[in-house]
Amino acid sequence: MSAARGGSAMRLRGLLRKEFLQIVRDPSSIAIAFLMPVFLLALFGYGVSLDAEDVPIALVQDAPSRDGADFLASLRGTPSFAPRDAASMAEAERLLREGTVSGIVRVPADFPRRLREASGAPVQVVVSGVDANTARLVQGYVEGAWGNWLAARAARQGQEAATPVDLQPRTWFNGELRSRNYLVPGLVAIIMTLIGALLTALVMAREWERGTMEALMVTPASMTEVLLGKLGAYFVLGTGGMLLSVAMAVWLFEVPLRGSFWVLWACSSLFLLAALGMGLTISTLARSQFVAGQVAIIATFLPAFLLSGFIFDIGAMPPVVQAITHVVVARYFVAIVQTLFLAGDVWAVIVPNAAALAIMAAAFLAITWRKSRKRLD
Amino acid sequence: MWRRILALVRKEFLALLKDPKSRLVLVVPPLVQLLVFGYAATFDLRQVPIAVLDEDRSAASRELLAAFGAGTTFVKVAELGSAAEIAPLVDRRRVLAVIRVGPRFADDLLSGRPAPVQVVIDGRNSNTAMVALGYVRSTVERFNAGWRASRGLAAPPARLEMRAWFNPNLESRWFFIPGIVGMLTLVVTMLVTALTVAREREQGTFDQLLVTPLRPGEILLGKALPGFVIGILQATLIMVVARAWFGVPFLGSLAAFYAGLALFLLSGVGAGLLISSLSATQQQGLLGAFLFMVPAVILSGFATPIANMPEAVQLVTYADPLRYFLIVLRRVFLEGAGFALVADQLWPMAVIGAVTMSLASWLFRHRMY
Amino acid sequence: MTASDAILEAAGLTKAFATGDRRTVALDAVSLRVRPGVVTGLIGPDGAGKTTFMRLAAGLLAPDAGRIAALGLDATRDSLRVQASLGYMPQRFGLYEDLSVAENLALYADLQGVAPAERPARYAELMHMTGLAPFTKRLAGRLSGGMKQKLGLACTLLRAPRLLLLDEPTVGVDPVSRRELWAIVERLVRGEGMSVLLSTAYLDEAERCAEVVMIHEGRILEQGPPSAVSARLAGRTWAVARAGTRHRDLHAELDGRPGVVDALVQGEHVRLVAAAPGLPPDVAAMPGLAAREVPPRFEDGFIDLLRQRQPAVARAARMDGGAAAAGAADGVVIEVKGLHRRFGDFRAVDGVDLTVRRGEIFGLLGANGAGKTTTFRILCGLLPASAGQVEVAGLDLRRAASAARARIGYMSQKFSLYGNLDVAQNLAFFAAAYGLAGAERAARIAWAVEEFALAEHAGQLAVDLPLGYKQRLAMACALMHRPEILFLDEPTSGVDPLARREFWKRINALARAGVTILVTTHFMEEAEYCDRLAIMAAGRILATGEPAAIKALARTAANPEPSLEDAFIALVERPAEAA
Repeated sequence: MSAARGGSAMRLRGLLRKEFLQIVRDPSSIAIAFLMPVFLLALFGYGVSLDAEDVPIALVQDAPSRDGADFLASLRGTPSFAPRDAASMAEAERLLREGTVSGIVRVPADFPRRLREASGAPVQVVVSGVDANTARLVQGYVEGAWGNWLAARAARQGQEAATPVDLQPRTWFNGELRSRNYLVPGLVAIIMTLIGALLTALVMAREWERGTMEALMVTPASMTEVLLGKLGAYFVLGTGGMLLSVAMAVWLFEVPLRGSFWVLWACSSLFLLAALGMGLTISTLARSQFVAGQVAIIATFLPAFLLSGFIFDIGAMPPVVQAITHVVVARYFVAIVQTLFLAGDVWAVIVPNAAALAIMAAAFLAITWRKSRKRLD
Repeated sequence: MWRRILALVRKEFLALLKDPKSRLVLVVPPLVQLLVFGYAATFDLRQVPIAVLDEDRSAASRELLAAFGAGTTFVKVAELGSAAEIAPLVDRRRVLAVIRVGPRFADDLLSGRPAPVQVVIDGRNSNTAMVALGYVRSTVERFNAGWRASRGLAAPPARLEMRAWFNPNLESRWFFIPGIVGMLTLVVTMLVTALTVAREREQGTFDQLLVTPLRPGEILLGKALPGFVIGILQATLIMVVARAWFGVPFLGSLAAFYAGLALFLLSGVGAGLLISSLSATQQQGLLGAFLFMVPAVILSGFATPIANMPEAVQLVTYADPLRYFLIVLRRVFLEGAGFALVADQLWPMAVIGAVTMSLASWLFRHRMY
Repeated sequence: MTASDAILEAAGLTKAFATGDRRTVALDAVSLRVRPGVVTGLIGPDGAGKTTFMRLAAGLLAPDAGRIAALGLDATRDSLRVQASLGYMPQRFGLYEDLSVAENLALYADLQGVAPAERPARYAELMHMTGLAPFTKRLAGRLSGGMKQKLGLACTLLRAPRLLLLDEPTVGVDPVSRRELWAIVERLVRGEGMSVLLSTAYLDEAERCAEVVMIHEGRILEQGPPSAVSARLAGRTWAVARAGTRHRDLHAELDGRPGVVDALVQGEHVRLVAAAPGLPPDVAAMPGLAAREVPPRFEDGFIDLLRQRQPAVARAARMDGGAAAAGAADGVVIEVKGLHRRFGDFRAVDGVDLTVRRGEIFGLLGANGAGKTTTFRILCGLLPASAGQVEVAGLDLRRAASAARARIGYMSQKFSLYGNLDVAQNLAFFAAAYGLAGAERAARIAWAVEEFALAEHAGQLAVDLPLGYKQRLAMACALMHRPEILFLDEPTSGVDPLARREFWKRINALARAGVTILVTTHFMEEAEYCDRLAIMAAGRILATGEPAAIKALARTAANPEPSLEDAFIALVERPAEAA
């Protein structure tokens, strides 16, 4: 028997060609690999933003005054707010309760008088705390506007407001603090997790259900070759989807890519191996498409969405939850892409995360390989 | 007729729950996920790692920097000797911010000139950066207030009086946990419904159903009820855990909660069954479930406000049942809303439910393969 | 015969499976030898352990005890080398349906290491042999069942293995394709000296084997040439007829009488196997009976062997039909005129006319892909017709109220059951789905459990049932509500001879009770049970009539007494030759 190298290469080539043919014949794989990233990135790239713009707020002036009107006018000019006037505090409160506005800025009747007193607290700001994040942003914006207004007023009157310590923030990597700049690279990681798992979650189970696995098993092809064939084909497909996503991030959403493209490419490859490996593991362990599908729904999207550091900072989570995030593949890749896109080739971030990806990939593939012995029982 | 439907419901439950593994899949992951996600989903930062660079080394600079070490908000990871050390720390994400006090800090401060303090912040995650910057700012504010008080300087002429309704401490967890309740409910309905019709088609039992006297409407009801019942139980359990474990207040009326839940389940189950009856294979069903679920979560306003989205995307969100349910949940949990305040969120879900359900039942008989 | 002679040798081979908390012994200390250079048949009822044996031989399973060697190699320890040198075609051969014929061949050629230089010649040879040459570009999923099996065989034969294992290669394959498959196998054995081990449920195929191994409940009953099995029955096989009695009714009368081992309808008479040489006295005493001795067949011997171990279910089938059915005055229950159904530009059903009267057993015969299943699905209201009229019990089932559907029963090809529900739950569900309740439901379920002998399997998941039990359960479910009309789509495909006999006994009882039965089948001997037949090909009906009339169509000088199979093949091949 010639179980030689040549035979193995021929078998692998045959398996790869088969997988590619199947991919080409079944438009749903192509759709997963190419249409899904475009669709999801377009939707999220435009849909997801944490920057408060045009936050609806209600402005209430209990009695008309020049100073009051002047301050409120300063709020109207900012892009952060979409202000509307409310006739009374009662009306404003109703709007707030209905959710029509997210906050109220109220200038009381005695504003001009109390402005001159040292103890005065003339402007009232009420926010709806339901969305705590937006609430905090609104508070911050109003505070800023108030500070500016006071400074401008003091300057007009020839006074100088004494600030003992003057804070000068310098934001690195993302000067204008555009949330899209960190969300879009993270999205690439989330979407690729979904795609990697979706592409492979059902493929092994399908071979079992359709009986083709038994036919493959009696050929001289080893299980390793069968797995390599699948991995190879879907890897190429996934790389295509990945390149498309990166291209969209850079050219459509104008996220700067400061690191090297080749490093990104290498890390993406590692990540794809891990994501595909996860899908293959699910598929191999489940053996039925129904269960594999259920597990894929549970195990991929929400964990990747919430526990990867894509939107919620992992450092802010309790230690136990932080420990749990270590099993989420996307976590490592999110860290890598955010750094590569916004900061550059920071090896201290890339190397440990890439190593973690490599370990995860190896672990998943090892489980799959061990569980797919050439035996039916 | 009811007897036939009852038999169908019984069968669906058996098919879902007979296998102990399936029972596990339906009960354990949502609970675990609620606990894990409940802790994970927050924009509040704790123990922000910072480094300080004191180029002044005066009593005043030490006092300022001590203010950063006082609470639990910041953790001082390193004290730097020179500005050159800043970049490596920030690049490697060892620290989120570096507070740099310049060499003339005490001079400026004591002579009444504004004394500049620089804070370098890692902007990779712009939201975290903004929140952390807010913390730094308020720490500095406190220092300023203390400084003025001790030096007898005048306070600024006026300040703002801030109040936050519904969530006085602005805990973002209160915002996210009701959202997680909605999200997990959506996932469970998808699990129960999205693959069922496709699986019966693959196995051939769907034909067998169609030749019995069961009408498509009855089959629909039989398929929908288990998702409905499991969804209600699941959501109740999750709500209780949210209330008891995470201490999220539940101020509104239970009736409003269940009305919202029922209509949300109607639309979610409808969408799941529509996906399922559209797909010829389970692979397509799974793909469809993702194509519905992922946008439904992202566009629901769960993490990012709908108001921030562009006009066109906002229009799309009107078709997302989770959008309405999240509003209902947050109002009921935090704002103590009763029926009247959530009514305008209820009817869109009813419409989505009615449309998807009728399409699904029409497809039962008309989808060819 | 020494050990080295055997190309496949098993000794004390034991294998058990655990499903849930029950342990099933699939093979129990099996020892056998397969001679090289001949076709050996592995014959046995469902669940006898045939597939387990094949998988053990191919090294896909590890035995609990004993050993098995193929081509002199231990199949368990040396599984990779064994797999590299033998050919194995599993029951559901793993063709990739989304790959074309040529692509499937290329894949398996790569996997089996066929040198590129040898390929063109080998492909051409195999394509010529299987008759697939004109279809190399067609997707495997678009091939008919018979063509798929032939392609599967071609893929297994790419490297000309010395030992070929075929697991039920002819299940679900029409008679024409079956003949072609056998011709290929016989050519391989004679021309290339290949050794073949083949399992089958078609007992007429056993007679073509040089040697048969009969296996039952994991044990070997007997091994030897098929003629030796039938020889034992000399003088015990009879053809019986009685003027004025329909053969079906006569069969019902004879079956189960003392001294009768087996009775089945064959042509115009009933074939009888007696327990001892000579006509059983009980039968001989019946008046007006004409009996003549016929030569024994392998099937007779096999049934005889099995019946010694597993007595026939001696129950006279209690089949009650539907209520007095409404219908047209002339008793026409199903009326189809000019039925067409297109899928894209493919005409699945192309102008079918049918009339079926009450209480008739009407058979629909045809090769795979002839349009039988599509016609059925239209009749049951599962598919709309593209054109034409369909009336079942005077109604169009696609538009009829749900109550009308309560009058039909439908059993699909796949025995569609809820695999993850147990037997009792399946019964209860279908009973309730048909609107039965209370005492009536309990009574019908009790009837089904007793009639179909399901009691001991009541708690077992449907998916784990042996095929024969699945078929019984599916039939019980379809009969739950006493339908007037029963649609059976290949009800006996893959089911063993004993289960098939029981099945037809029930069908006969139902027909006598006035139930109208429409059935499709590939088994020509089963078609003999039908009152009338229609033979379909390419979406059209080629001939309709009583079995005798159909057979008469194929009568030629060379073949004065054609079998139904001859007639079928003649009819189906005629348009192909004309084209």
